[in-house]
Amino acid sequence: MSILQYDFMVRALLAALFTGLAAPAVGTYLVQRRLALMGDGIGHIAVTGVGLGLLTGQSPVLTAVIVTVLGATLIEVVRERGRTSGDVALALLFYGGIAGGVLVIGLAGGSAQTLQSYLFGSITTVSVTDVWTVIALAAGVVFLALGLAPQLFAVCQDEDYAKVAGLPVRFYNLLTSVLAAVTVTVAMRTVGLLLVSALMVVPVATAQQLTKGFKATILAAMGLGALASLGGVVTSFYVDVAPGATIVLLALAGFAAAWPVGSLLRHRRHAGAPFEVDPGLPHLSVPEDHRHTHGVDCGHVAVRHGDHVDYVHDGHRHAHHGDHYDEH
Amino acid sequence: MTTAIAVRDGNIALGGRPVVRGVDLSVRRGEVVALLGSNGSGKTTLVRGLMGLVPWSSGDVQLLGTPQRRFNEWHRLGYVPQEGSANSGIPATVLEVVSSGRLSRRRLLLPLPRRDRDAVRAALRAVELEDQQHDAVSQLSGGQQQRVLIARALAGEPDLLVLDEPNAGVDRHNQVGLAATLRPMVESGATVLLVLHEMGPLAELIDRVVVLRHGRVTYDGIPPTDDSLDEFHSHHHSRHQRDRTPLGGGPL
Repeated sequence: MSILQYDFMVRALLAALFTGLAAPAVGTYLVQRRLALMGDGIGHIAVTGVGLGLLTGQSPVLTAVIVTVLGATLIEVVRERGRTSGDVALALLFYGGIAGGVLVIGLAGGSAQTLQSYLFGSITTVSVTDVWTVIALAAGVVFLALGLAPQLFAVCQDEDYAKVAGLPVRFYNLLTSVLAAVTVTVAMRTVGLLLVSALMVVPVATAQQLTKGFKATILAAMGLGALASLGGVVTSFYVDVAPGATIVLLALAGFAAAWPVGSLLRHRRHAGAPFEVDPGLPHLSVPEDHRHTHGVDCGHVAVRHGDHVDYVHDGHRHAHHGDHYDEH
Repeated sequence: MTTAIAVRDGNIALGGRPVVRGVDLSVRRGEVVALLGSNGSGKTTLVRGLMGLVPWSSGDVQLLGTPQRRFNEWHRLGYVPQEGSANSGIPATVLEVVSSGRLSRRRLLLPLPRRDRDAVRAALRAVELEDQQHDAVSQLSGGQQQRVLIARALAGEPDLLVLDEPNAGVDRHNQVGLAATLRPMVESGATVLLVLHEMGPLAELIDRVVVLRHGRVTYDGIPPTDDSLDEFHSHHHSRHQRDRTPLGGGPL
């Protein structure tokens, strides 16, 4: 494999793999909590963090983690206080974050080039230290997102029930936001701050087209995220295109491919969902003759109904009853 | 202590409007109590107050012998919220939702131990959803989703089970099923508080009825007979004319 001969490509692939796993893991919770755009907001705030790092001579990743965690906490507090003004408050944070970032990066003498490398990622220039930071942070995020899945799932699924079960709901909500903040900083070098949110949301949306359960969704989303990230980096090696944008477009292509399948699956599941049993219904035999016997291959939709099967045709549900069919 | 629920002069206000007013409620261990009343009578708010989901503006509230403020034996509590919360738009299988009924007993970061999985399976069997455990909750009917929520509460093997309108939107067959599900729990000594619109097949389990009206308790005593309950609830069944009902008061 010629691609692995270059150290910078190995580093890029490692960073992509871990980002691709971590972003959808956290994204699953954000999507369920209807905070799909939160990653975007945190991304904007991270620009200020990067600027502060450049200004003070600290590692931009470190300062970005600190600033985004503070920002995420603030967003969570705003969200908890009142849902109505939540989106406006989020917008204020977005713009404050990016304006502050541009200002501070300018003060620090950073060029438009520097800013762009954080906004759109520069995965092929990650250093060895960067890779280790990305791996460590991403592994931590994945560990918590999967390890605490039963608790975090319960909080998303039914917050009231989680409270009655004695779970510290506020803590788990805050934890999700902090994990999102860390993930954004992790993905900053891979896909860039402006496209982070895509990697958190799109694989989840794709997975949801095909999965029934929560665990399946989060695992499938992680797989899709890793696939898109690796695919994006490899593509950009052979074709001269921006890796960050390629990753996001690949993820979107995955969604475009999954959507028709999901649509079909949902239709099938809906049509095949068992009918409720009500033993109190009167007996109604079907007056007209049946030209064929209903069965596995008769072409009519067969739906479970208690201990037997109803066959759906022309808006009727017919069930075998002795030598005739009943209207159910 | 032999009291499962003890409320003295409990008051709850929602957005400044008093919804539960001066309620005294006492439920003994092992008792099955039905909370009746028309829409807006404060039944659900009272139950949410008991579960700690809305704050009490005043009053003395004890759960299983502990003042509510200090209560932390969450695993002894089972709660079935009103219909509709099972499908919150989040992808989840029946098994996943019912398994969250063991959360207050489970340890962080560890897989669900065998004992918990057994309890989950028993709960699924009790509501006859074992065959559908891997189905998405969103593809179930309203009645089946209600049974998922009941199974989630049963999975926790609670000492005190609180159900908010478990029969809303559930057909007669499944109402009978719920009564059959609750009976062994009641026989083994669990306390049950049910918010109900009408008692239906659950009537035979119920020891005592508490009726709320405009947030106040207007009746607290033995369950009324079927006939008088009909009269009590539906205003068009005028053929059941009686001198008095065991409920004392007029229609709701």
